[in-house]
Amino acid sequence: MRVLVAMSGGVDSSVAAALMKDAGHEVVGVTLKLWSGPNGEAPTAGCCTVSDAEDARRVAAQLDIPYYVLDYTKEFRDGVVDRFVHDYASARTPNPCIECNRTVKFDRLLSRLDDFDCDVLATGHHARVREGDDGFSLHRGSDKAKDQSYVLSMLTQLELARIWLPVGELTKPRVRAVAAGMGMRTARKPESMDICFVGQRDYRGFLRQNAPEVFSPGPMVDVDGTSLGSHQGIVEFTVGQRRGLGMAVGEPRFVIRIEPETSTVVIGGRDDLAASGAILDTTTWTSGDPGATTVMAQYRAHGDPVKSWLDGSTLTFDEPQEAVSPGQTIAFYDGDRVLGGALIAETIR
Amino acid sequence: MIYLDHAATTPMRPGVWEAMTEVASVHYGNSSGVHGVSRDAKNQLEQAREEIAALIGASPLEIVFTSGGTESDNLALKGSAWNRDRRNGAVVSAIEHGAVLDTADVLRRSGAPTQVIGVDADGHIDEEQLLAAVDDTTVVVSVMMVNNETGVVHDLETITRMVNERDPRVLVHTDAVQAFSSQDLDVSHLGVDLLSLTAHKFGGPKGAGILYVRDGTVLEPVLHGGGQELGRRSGTHDVASAVGLAHAMRVAAEDRDRFRIEVGGLRDQFEKTLVAGIDGLQVNTPLVDRSPHHLNIRIPGVSNETLLMRLDRAGVAASAGSACQSGAAEVSHVLEAMGLTSDEARESVRFSFGWNSTADEAGEAADIVIDLVGELR
Repeated sequence: MRVLVAMSGGVDSSVAAALMKDAGHEVVGVTLKLWSGPNGEAPTAGCCTVSDAEDARRVAAQLDIPYYVLDYTKEFRDGVVDRFVHDYASARTPNPCIECNRTVKFDRLLSRLDDFDCDVLATGHHARVREGDDGFSLHRGSDKAKDQSYVLSMLTQLELARIWLPVGELTKPRVRAVAAGMGMRTARKPESMDICFVGQRDYRGFLRQNAPEVFSPGPMVDVDGTSLGSHQGIVEFTVGQRRGLGMAVGEPRFVIRIEPETSTVVIGGRDDLAASGAILDTTTWTSGDPGATTVMAQYRAHGDPVKSWLDGSTLTFDEPQEAVSPGQTIAFYDGDRVLGGALIAETIR
Repeated sequence: MIYLDHAATTPMRPGVWEAMTEVASVHYGNSSGVHGVSRDAKNQLEQAREEIAALIGASPLEIVFTSGGTESDNLALKGSAWNRDRRNGAVVSAIEHGAVLDTADVLRRSGAPTQVIGVDADGHIDEEQLLAAVDDTTVVVSVMMVNNETGVVHDLETITRMVNERDPRVLVHTDAVQAFSSQDLDVSHLGVDLLSLTAHKFGGPKGAGILYVRDGTVLEPVLHGGGQELGRRSGTHDVASAVGLAHAMRVAAEDRDRFRIEVGGLRDQFEKTLVAGIDGLQVNTPLVDRSPHHLNIRIPGVSNETLLMRLDRAGVAASAGSACQSGAAEVSHVLEAMGLTSDEARESVRFSFGWNSTADEAGEAADIVIDLVGELR
């Protein structure tokens, strides 16, 4: 097989490339150039920095595989960065890394497999793809603590048929051991945590340039409409937030919702925070729509899945959930198998 | 591997490396010392300088050794702008290499009135616009002799004369790094004040270049220190590279007639084969005023990124004309200046032939390109 490996410069995708090569495949490594600042400067934080690309290049050289940098800056700006800014301005929780996976990494690279004369795309994600009688299925990775199936929950048969996730079969320590055993420069590299295009976690500076409206002052009100004063911009708040509300005494108070049209931040008690369910948007299924069904729903990258009833675009939690907010990705599981995913359009109180 | 990226760099000419290793091991002295070992190195250096000067019709003291084309361009522009009190403006063409364009932009940001002059669909500078831009703030005009991406050739003799007629105090610089292999290059005919060359484009070592500085032209140095090169460029001389540069220059100059005919013939045949074999192919390299070894083409419907990857796998090395540090193909500012859209520029690739290219290679490469385009379309 000819395998295209998306190499970020991290240890996981380095090992993915090595495993593919060891398995006797003809491997081509690529790094996506996704972002450069206003003056063309490359990002210094996140998953796609200059030094990351250099690491990927050196690993590819060590593996003796051809390696290329592909320019996806336009697609990234249109599909991920603009969406990030729009989400902030409309008080939705942005998911830039998931959007990047969906609209750039998988969509674009898979659509070009033929161009590169490759049969499959391999990445360094911690999840597993299985082929059975009913087609391909997506499962949690072997290392439950590092599982990334949540961010892949939007994949469908179309993609799963052409994606390999070799490191999903290994635990993270095993991945590092493989890398170390091969003397790979990325073996002990720390994991990237930052969003690549904002850098150094300075999302405020980025938004100040790109979405100044999120810094405009607005009213802060109680759930019953009582005015609680004003705030300096909705950028300071997320649903479920308790700190920084300027009310340290009495019952714990939380951000219940944000109304972007009027820049209003609504405050309430723990009871007000609880969501009984959610209205979903852009639902996808890994193996087709199962109809109304019980699912285990996970609405945070490393949160515990909760038992829920899914019927069309309405999801109802068995137990009310806190910190559910519009814009979040929600993944549906049956055991460790991913059934599908969706975006939360609105919460049901 | 069939190497068709000679405009990026070309292999050393025979004898160059041997000349360099001899200097590095035998004549190892610091050319600025007072003893015999130094004098020996200095002698090698000055011999190289004399040879280089003679090959471009200059006198030896008009040759400044640099680290290559980028440094020569920087010294030409910054050195001119920083030296004048009142005049500090630069006028440059839109198809210059980044070494000129970005340097001009640095001057602009520091307050110098800098203008970028557009080109026509063939890549020729708009001469009227150029002359209109030259005013009493202008210190230097820079127009490249052979463009690195398309191979369009500018008539520097005419441009220099026109600028001199407009204002004789304005300096004319040309980035001639792509020109030496194929163009007769005599500064006494060209009339330019400043001319950049780099060794690795004509079979010399990388990291070695010269700036020709017409006698009487005073530049503010960019590198300060030991005062080498009459204070124009400080830093201990790389004598081996200077000797390698001179050696390659002599070989390339002697080979120039053959290069134009034979290498140009390979390019022409390659071009004909592609034009006949690929529907809708557009030649971005102009039909006239073209250098013999460049060929820039657009293949509608085929991404250059994809084609270059597939060519690499098939054993053909070509390029998109310009590449950023990461190695990703970027949209060519040269093709955009010629009026191509960014999508059209992303369908454009450059093949460039060199002194050791063969007819078999050119024929095989053309077949591979045609086959791949058929597959990708």
